[in-house]
Amino acid sequence: MAEEVLIWQALNRALDEVMAADEDVFILGEDVGLYGGSYRVTEGLYAKYGEWRVRDTPISEDSFTGLGVGAALMGLRPVVEIMTINFALLALDAIINMAAKVPFMAGGRLPMGLTIRTPGGVAKQLAAQHSQRLEHTLMNVPGLRIVVPATPQDAYWQLKQAVLSDEPVIVLEHELLYFHKGPLDPAIPPPPPHRAVVRRPGRDLTLIAYSKMAVLAGQAAERLAAQGIEAEVIDLRSLSPIDWQTCADSVARTHRVLIVEEDCRFAGAGAEIAAGLTERCFTRLEAAPMRLAGLDMPTPYNGTLEAQTIPQVDDIVAAAHRLVKEGS
Amino acid sequence: MDRDQALAFLHDMLLGRRFEERCAEEYMKGNIAGFLHLYPGEEAVAVGVIHACETSDYIVSTYREHVHALVRGVPAGEVMAELFGKRCGCSRGMGGSMHLFDPQRRFMGGYAIVGETYPVAIGLGYGIAMKDLPEAVICFFGDGAVNQGTFHESLNMAALWKLPVLFVCENNQYAIGTEIHRHSAVPEVYKRAAAYRIPAERVDGMDVLKVYRATEHALQQIRAGSGPQLLECLTYRFRGHSMADPGHYRPPVEVKAHQQTDPLELALRELSLVYPTPEQIAAGPDALLKLRQYCFDQGHLHEEGFKELEQQVQDEVEAAVQFALESPQPTLDDAWQALYCNRGDEILI
Ligand SMILES: Cc1ncc(C[n+]2csc(CCOP(=O)(O)OP(=O)(O)O)c2C)c(N)n1
Repeated sequence: MAEEVLIWQALNRALDEVMAADEDVFILGEDVGLYGGSYRVTEGLYAKYGEWRVRDTPISEDSFTGLGVGAALMGLRPVVEIMTINFALLALDAIINMAAKVPFMAGGRLPMGLTIRTPGGVAKQLAAQHSQRLEHTLMNVPGLRIVVPATPQDAYWQLKQAVLSDEPVIVLEHELLYFHKGPLDPAIPPPPPHRAVVRRPGRDLTLIAYSKMAVLAGQAAERLAAQGIEAEVIDLRSLSPIDWQTCADSVARTHRVLIVEEDCRFAGAGAEIAAGLTERCFTRLEAAPMRLAGLDMPTPYNGTLEAQTIPQVDDIVAAAHRLVKEGS
Repeated sequence: MDRDQALAFLHDMLLGRRFEERCAEEYMKGNIAGFLHLYPGEEAVAVGVIHACETSDYIVSTYREHVHALVRGVPAGEVMAELFGKRCGCSRGMGGSMHLFDPQRRFMGGYAIVGETYPVAIGLGYGIAMKDLPEAVICFFGDGAVNQGTFHESLNMAALWKLPVLFVCENNQYAIGTEIHRHSAVPEVYKRAAAYRIPAERVDGMDVLKVYRATEHALQQIRAGSGPQLLECLTYRFRGHSMADPGHYRPPVEVKAHQQTDPLELALRELSLVYPTPEQIAAGPDALLKLRQYCFDQGHLHEEGFKELEQQVQDEVEAAVQFALESPQPTLDDAWQALYCNRGDEILI
């Protein structure tokens, strides 16, 4: 039975269930315990599982993420919460040099069941150091998996899958989606964690997006439909690996693709998707893949400027119109 | 301390308190957004430390830095305008509450990533030492920030190369919701400096005179070329960590107990010309001693004078809000210019 929950509640439920089922799962992070987590995701777990399994850490990101790596090497399943992705920059050594590489360097003989959960994206006037999107950096690291849930159901499924996986998985959560509501039915069997999903069928163009931009793409598609343009909306759900088949099948039907990302445009996820689809469906495309992305600028504090630096629904609608006109 | 200096301290502490209270109001009204970390309770640290500095010294601070900037002399209007995201703000509306900068006053920024102030400070210190200048650097940080690797890395380099840096820990005993005994194996921050042979002292951060004197002393040593020093100021924030934090993790009795030592009240008591009330005498020898000494020896302030001072500060804060309201919004062009400010006329493609 599906019930309506918020994304943070779906994540909380996933953690509670995996912790109850497997004693090797433990949580680490700043203010995850007594305080209940800055976005409430770990609420109630400290009281239920105690301090060894829900550990409040000092502000020492590199070392507590590295601790997660060490624990994973002995077969445990640490779930490290990095309070926000901005602070993950301090833990990049543990993530990139260790989590992604140690099993490989050991000749494939060590597990790395590490999950890193971290909120990110442009929220509300948090300024340049607190508005980072880091998918471009992480996608370029072989050995990491990256999931980007946009609904409570996906948040629940993908977090559980991440914890149970023996590979290092980064769960990128969007700070503005925690209070988004949607159905959650724990009984439905999950698709593979990297499978993209067609959220809305369409014939005139394909909108490919992820995380919060997948939500905006859905809203843009509704508006476009009212204007006579049928956009197919693909929510990628995973940035590494990318489900090329679902994307290529869609482009083969619509012949046009608009990629929407909140991250900066230069060398971003959109660049990879545009290149990948060009390689895969060049002859099926009637126009070059179009990218709508964040401006290549640190995020200004001023609210009006902040909004101008990332795609809005209006921008997606306008870009879709331009793309549909092109080459026809 | 002479009368003018005493009154300057009091003015700045009052300004810091009123300014922050006004920020909370403006945040509720929606004029200020984002993360807003306020300073009430900790005023004695900013005032005591920064008043002991020369204007040529550099200040490096965190995201809880409005009052550091004000005491440093950044005009209140420019600070408020920055919080409003306006073009006349000290960071032109690009930085906001956590990123106040004023290069002219050597206020080298508010940094929002915990642990960033140390390397920036030793960088400035390195330049000063290399050029053999008489200046020093003040590096502010919280108790939670000492568990970041940069603390140890930077203290080591500062000591190794005898850099002129005063590390000032504002120990308000919490890192967001985690109390110091739950985040630090050695909760006496000053003791950590011993690992790098850096002279360190713990002071009552609720007492502005003590903070001032300790800073003066430390800066003398630093200017004499003996290398870095560390000062741990024991203090307390009366509010939650930020406006988004109700602070439920602290027992009300604890907050109340600390409010008894409100640095403003303390400074006021020290400065006012009145005989102690029976309640104050009953409150203990500490308050009494301080009072007696100051009342008899000095007599800097009368009831009347204090009211005037309060009014003056109130007017300053009002003017700051007015300035912020009237300042224009920055444009996207301003943002691009800020980004490429160091590019000159170079044409890249
Ligand atoms: C590297 C990093 N990790 C986490 C945070 C989130 N955060 C902001 S303030 C803070 C607590 C800092 O406590 P403390 O250093 O004692 O300073 P205070 O806020 O008490 O003045 C945390 C964890 C951050 N900004 N940067």
